Amino acid sequence: MTLFTWIDLVYLLAVIGFILALKGLGSPKFARQGNLLGAAAATLAIAMTFAIPSVRHAGGRLILMVVAMVIGALIAVPAARRVKMTAMPQMVAIFNGVGGGAAALVSLDAFLILTQYDASVGKPAVYRIVEVILGVLIGCVSLSGSAIAFVKLQELITGRPITYPGQQVINAIVGLAIVGLAIATILTANVALLVAMAVLSLVLGVIFVLPIGGADVPVLISLLNSFTGLAVAASGFSLGNNLLIVAGTLVGASGILLTRMMSKAMGRSLANVLFSAFGSVVTAAGGADGSADSRPVRAGTPEDIGVLMAYARKVVIIPGYGLAVAQAQHIARELADLLMERGVEVFYAIHPVAGRMPGHMNVLLAEANVPYDELKEMDEANPEMPTADVALVVGANDTVNPAANNTPGSPIYGMPIVHADQAKAIVFLKRSMRPGFAGIDNELLFDPKTTMLFGDAKDTLSKLVAAVKSA
Amino acid sequence: MNVGIIELLTIFVLAAFVGIEVVSKVPSILHTPLMSGSNAIHGIVLVGTMTIMGQAHGTVQVTLGFFAVLLATLNVVGGFVVTDRMLEMFKAKPADRATSPESRSAESADGAAKPGASS
Repeated sequence: MTLFTWIDLVYLLAVIGFILALKGLGSPKFARQGNLLGAAAATLAIAMTFAIPSVRHAGGRLILMVVAMVIGALIAVPAARRVKMTAMPQMVAIFNGVGGGAAALVSLDAFLILTQYDASVGKPAVYRIVEVILGVLIGCVSLSGSAIAFVKLQELITGRPITYPGQQVINAIVGLAIVGLAIATILTANVALLVAMAVLSLVLGVIFVLPIGGADVPVLISLLNSFTGLAVAASGFSLGNNLLIVAGTLVGASGILLTRMMSKAMGRSLANVLFSAFGSVVTAAGGADGSADSRPVRAGTPEDIGVLMAYARKVVIIPGYGLAVAQAQHIARELADLLMERGVEVFYAIHPVAGRMPGHMNVLLAEANVPYDELKEMDEANPEMPTADVALVVGANDTVNPAANNTPGSPIYGMPIVHADQAKAIVFLKRSMRPGFAGIDNELLFDPKTTMLFGDAKDTLSKLVAAVKSA
Repeated sequence: MNVGIIELLTIFVLAAFVGIEVVSKVPSILHTPLMSGSNAIHGIVLVGTMTIMGQAHGTVQVTLGFFAVLLATLNVVGGFVVTDRMLEMFKAKPADRATSPESRSAESADGAAKPGASS
């Protein structure tokens, strides 16, 4: 067998590893092994790539390559190790964006090599240019789109949809310009045209993401993840590399399915998520800082609420992103344990999009060692809500907003919610009356059954623990 | 069109079906790790950046290749490490339920300055 056959065989092994890794990631039992298997497959494939003669004998370029890899690893490992669990979505967005950027650069470089070094063979075939265009276009959109998703999640800019006059016209112009430049590139194989298209693709990524509301950013990251996969597949076409095509396509296809499952969890179609400028109507009604609504709410003391829970039969804890921001998952578990010791039935009702990514809340509670069997997914928890004595909503808002069920005009209408409103009493632990991430007012806050306890979730939960202890 | 592109397209189509099949029955609790893990898998574009670097000639191509390798390394290394950290915390039923020693101090969130009504 020749060296290249060996390399292809190793790549095939890596492909099998990736498929099994994805399979493993889908099951709670094997998820970690799945990820490790994926990492092993990637390491194997990368090691084998050093055996390719053009890489092995690249001299100075080989050194540069290793330098770039060392720098990358030195940045990536500490960043990934130190990131807080709450900031996980941003981190994934960044790693996704740079992957898209890498794929775009590969396609661009492949085009340069094709047109400059191989100039003797004349203009490249149309399909080769199309492969390059797709890699550059999708990779650039993913790069700049992920960057904007990052600044939205990091709250460097508002989480609300950003709209401006003539938005549709500008989008259309950019889109048409990209199509025009792509056709011109195909006809002329001119590098300058391709670079111009790359720049416009970066612009497209930005204007595509700006009007998407903060609450929808998780769906968006999943979609951009899928895009990067497709960009990698496109660069695989340019290089004639099966490994890149399969790995990229696996991620591209599974990412699109995952994106659909996520928008379904919000009761909306993907098109609606992406193009409705979600929340822009609501911000006007909701008031920027929550002070606009002056209706009275009932604020309770920790002691009252502590007694209420200590003598309840069933308490349902509904955690939201506020719990995570306050790093209150440990103290929440302490409260739950304390109640269970007193014989109260306690479980956590987890909305599929609680937190900022699907399953995000499960990760956070797992960090606090909350056992799996105390976590109930929304569909499992809802039938039990009418028999719950207390629904303790910790830093959640949109995921319990009854407007999703009974206000057809509301932007979240149709999204399934945890039915906190059906519990006999509802307790909200909230920092303020500020609306949730979607920027929508919540009628439940004004419900006569509702008691508010304002403050940082960690602080108020500690007070509740003390109150339950002395109850 | 030569045979090469058709073969590649065949692989592409088959991989798409496998990708859809493999994630079709994932519980929603694992959506985040799955997204993160698949994010790491497309970091294998590093292999592509290495081959392109091997073929690169002249300053422009080598510079582009250098940054491509750098970005791809960030993707693949960071992706797998961050996913592992996420999954590290998924334990079926921990034997000791003591609070994790590395529980971090509370971050003061932006809204803390606005407590609203009194307690």
